[in-house]
Amino acid sequence: MKKLTRRSILIAAPSALAFTAPLLSIRPAFAKDYGPGVTDKEIKIGNTCFYTGPASSYGTIGKAMAAYYKMINDQGGINGRMINFISYDDAYSPPKTVEQTRKLVEEDGILLDAGPLGTPTNSAIWHYMNEKKVPQLFVSTGASKWNDPKGHPWTIGWQPNYHMEGTLYATYILKENPNAQVGVLYQNDDFGKDYLRGVKDGIGDKGKAKVVVEASYETTDATVESQVVDMKSKGVDAFVNAAIPKFAAQAIRKAAEIQWKPIQVVSSIGQSVAATLKPAGLDHSTGVVSDFYLKDPTDPQWKEDAGYKWWTGFMDKYYPDGDKSDINNVYGPSNAATVCQVLKQCGDELTRENVMKQAASLKDFTVPMLLPGIKINTSPTDFAPVKQVQMAKFDGQRWNLFGDLLGAAAG
Amino acid sequence: MTSAPKDDAVVAPVAAPRAGAFVRLGPRHLIIAGAIIAAVLIPFYAKSFVLFQLTQVMIYALAILGLNLLTGFNGQFSIGHSAFYGVGAYTTAILMERYGVPYVWTVPAAGAVCFMVGFLFGLPALRLQNLYLALATFTLAIAMPQLLKFHGFEGWTGGVQGLVVDQPDPPSFLPIDGDQWLYYFTLIVMLVMFAGAANLIRSRTGRAMMAIRDNPIAASAMGINTSLYKMLTFGVSALYTGVAGALGALAVAFVAPDSFTIFLSISLLVGLVIGGVGSIAGCLVGGLFMLYVPNIAESISTGLAGVIYGFILLLIIFVMPAGAAGFVRFALAQLARLRQT
Amino acid sequence: MEQLLQQVMAGLANGAIYACMALAVVMIYQAIDHLNFAQGEMAMFSTYIAWQLIAWGFPYWVAFAITVVVSFIGGVLIDRILFRPVQKASILSQIVAFIALFSILNSSAGQIWDFTIKSFPTPFGHAPLFGTSLIDTHEAGMIGVTLVMLALLYLFFRGTRLGLAMRAAAANPESSRLVGIRVGWMTALGWGMAASIGAVAGMLIAPVVFLEPNMMLGVLLYGFAGAVLGGLSSPGGAVLGGFAVGVIENLAGTFVPYFGRELKLTLALILIVIVLMFRPSGIFGRRVVSRV
Repeated sequence: MKKLTRRSILIAAPSALAFTAPLLSIRPAFAKDYGPGVTDKEIKIGNTCFYTGPASSYGTIGKAMAAYYKMINDQGGINGRMINFISYDDAYSPPKTVEQTRKLVEEDGILLDAGPLGTPTNSAIWHYMNEKKVPQLFVSTGASKWNDPKGHPWTIGWQPNYHMEGTLYATYILKENPNAQVGVLYQNDDFGKDYLRGVKDGIGDKGKAKVVVEASYETTDATVESQVVDMKSKGVDAFVNAAIPKFAAQAIRKAAEIQWKPIQVVSSIGQSVAATLKPAGLDHSTGVVSDFYLKDPTDPQWKEDAGYKWWTGFMDKYYPDGDKSDINNVYGPSNAATVCQVLKQCGDELTRENVMKQAASLKDFTVPMLLPGIKINTSPTDFAPVKQVQMAKFDGQRWNLFGDLLGAAAG
Repeated sequence: MTSAPKDDAVVAPVAAPRAGAFVRLGPRHLIIAGAIIAAVLIPFYAKSFVLFQLTQVMIYALAILGLNLLTGFNGQFSIGHSAFYGVGAYTTAILMERYGVPYVWTVPAAGAVCFMVGFLFGLPALRLQNLYLALATFTLAIAMPQLLKFHGFEGWTGGVQGLVVDQPDPPSFLPIDGDQWLYYFTLIVMLVMFAGAANLIRSRTGRAMMAIRDNPIAASAMGINTSLYKMLTFGVSALYTGVAGALGALAVAFVAPDSFTIFLSISLLVGLVIGGVGSIAGCLVGGLFMLYVPNIAESISTGLAGVIYGFILLLIIFVMPAGAAGFVRFALAQLARLRQT
Repeated sequence: MEQLLQQVMAGLANGAIYACMALAVVMIYQAIDHLNFAQGEMAMFSTYIAWQLIAWGFPYWVAFAITVVVSFIGGVLIDRILFRPVQKASILSQIVAFIALFSILNSSAGQIWDFTIKSFPTPFGHAPLFGTSLIDTHEAGMIGVTLVMLALLYLFFRGTRLGLAMRAAAANPESSRLVGIRVGWMTALGWGMAASIGAVAGMLIAPVVFLEPNMMLGVLLYGFAGAVLGGLSSPGGAVLGGFAVGVIENLAGTFVPYFGRELKLTLALILIVIVLMFRPSGIFGRRVVSRV
């Protein structure tokens, strides 16, 4: 039997509330039901991002999210309650993520973890969140493991997962050239290997096509030029460039320099016109293919688009320091908007249980910067909110979308 | 190589015990006893999360002590201790998850594995000095995450995904929860190992270690087997940091290659210097610094957290170039001088 | 065979980057007798200054010159403000001061110029050299500039009184003071020169790797490895060491079966450590003889 200390009561309280919530939901609709961090005036949420350390370039996601929540508050909050968004830095270090997340849950008493960033970082708290029954909502990573409602009912992903994208690249390549000799450039970590696995699974081992070169790199590498040279010399004619912008750009430029013109697919990580293609050389990048679910803010085709105009207005007002050519600043508010939708759907029943229930009942939800036609759908057996992408080809100036929406439809 | 102080005492000079003599109780022992009593009582008043942080502080302190033994007391420079920390952590994780070994036995196992790795690494290290040794240890630090991610070892290490470690359950006869038990377990291990280190330093072996640091040629001329001692020190140093890594794996309940990069090595080095090179008690200050100062920097400004961290570091180094222990020593010496006038 | 040649050339191209950095590393080592962890960040920050000048409309060579001068001054300031107060402290304390500088520069650059990668122009262009696709004009230019800098340094240290004074001050500060050498200013000069060389290295490297706050992270470590391999007391050795690291790493990655692909950095470093076992002061380094 546990010793009854002040501390043990603090631990037990949220769980007790969570257990009694279903009972309370039988009551009339206007009854209020609050989980931790919720009052009549405020909802406390939080997350961890890497604002410092080697991956700090992604820290802007957290800042963009904070800006979005501020905007929501200026517009009156959600159902009359202001969002109190607390974000801590974990410097891309899983032990630090555990510490900061425990701080959010046990000290700050947040209702839910809103879009925490990173794959190893989220892996570190995966077990904890599910044990403590705290929603780990719309994690900002594309690893395939987050879609696991049975094993981890308190964790839900958001973006199309890397493995699925990899299989789609393979499908595209096979369509263009059924005997393709494929080379994959990938980052030697969780997200990179997910892409690699997806491509390999997609290529399969039935036909003539196969993956002949699996070239990895570390983020501390200076260049990936030798990997590119290696691929050309081994006869690769289909290149999956699943690298982050810096290395994706180097690869594109080097390929052009050595006059190597394979079918080239860049991943959604390295597809930005301003962040990758322009440094690589717009003419070198012509003909490159990628998959999209968000609008690239540096793509001229969206200039008059209502969603894009909303986004630039949002950035100008709430995140003026933010880089408008950085796709991460599109990701942040889109993810945050999904969190807000879940909270809105909760109404006055703001318990952790109901949060997960609503997160698993999103129907055809869209946000301004999603590609036209892409809808967010979830269900108790489908924890993949954004699961559609559309392929596009770069013509030297803009991405031209083609084909149908790929990926699964409503789950 | 370093101008580290010769003794590890943090307080006013107390007559050093002669070998074999009964140790006289002085102010130092009272302070230590007081600290231990406070440490034992904390879990009854502190929240789970604070306990978790304090557990990590102790773990870092132990890791820094390992580095201290090698660099502070033996003069061998290392920026590779993240590798030993990682080996310790993964030993625990693999033994527990793949082979079902109870967590208690994984800690000494981690120590043993790390001792061997450190001892063997000490062999090539014998020929290298200063920056050249730094490069060799740097190789270790870089190699570790790469080896952990290597697909050939994925069966054991879990590759890039890492391994989840089950948090130890408290013994059934104690009315405490997991966090409190982890705290006490870490406290016990830490106290035992700190006491061991203090004893080592005071022993003949310790004096040999320090002699090698201060003047290797004279030491070997006096008949000390410098090669053996240097290798042994490497082994013991790795053992300490490896045990810390094992405890770390239990506390965080997760191991992944990216947790054990060169940045961890650098943090340990910073913690060592802040606490005071050559001071055993200073390691605790170093551990506190490692955990809390980044948080402080972040709370002041998220965007410029790195800048603030750098400035805090510079401030401390300018004001206390010999670390916290050096500062305390200096302050006490001033007090003693005042008392005499 | 063709593949071997290609990888060697690619390795030399990469190695030119490391050689550049290795030169800056050796420079600072000559001045203060150990490594400045923040050398890479100083180079990165200098490159950002150059980028900003170019963005404001200055022609390339003007921006280049201004950056070199500003970096020199910056190096001297860092010596006076940051290094001087900790000079009397232990080497470890000095290293921590450098780590602090690293953190400050890295964070500031990210805050001021953000993290999106930026192109940096090169006066050499990116055309294939002599029509071959093995190496391009910029990479050839990089190698050329590195060798020119090396030659200038050699002339400076061997042929001028100032160079001699600097070497004396670093080797034996006490004796140097006795003969009238202002040791303090020699150290400051060394810092300034190291900062300038770093700035040049940064401006040569950025066109290849793209400018971003973390661009020098790996480069510094590789440059350090190259400098150590070549011998920290030998600028020429450091440059050769840098090239060697680039080639070894590429060859290890391409030709070592099973392990090579994912462990090429580890393999390269292990090889270097093995070399150090036989030549503990680096291949071309001077053996340090200590008198009892």
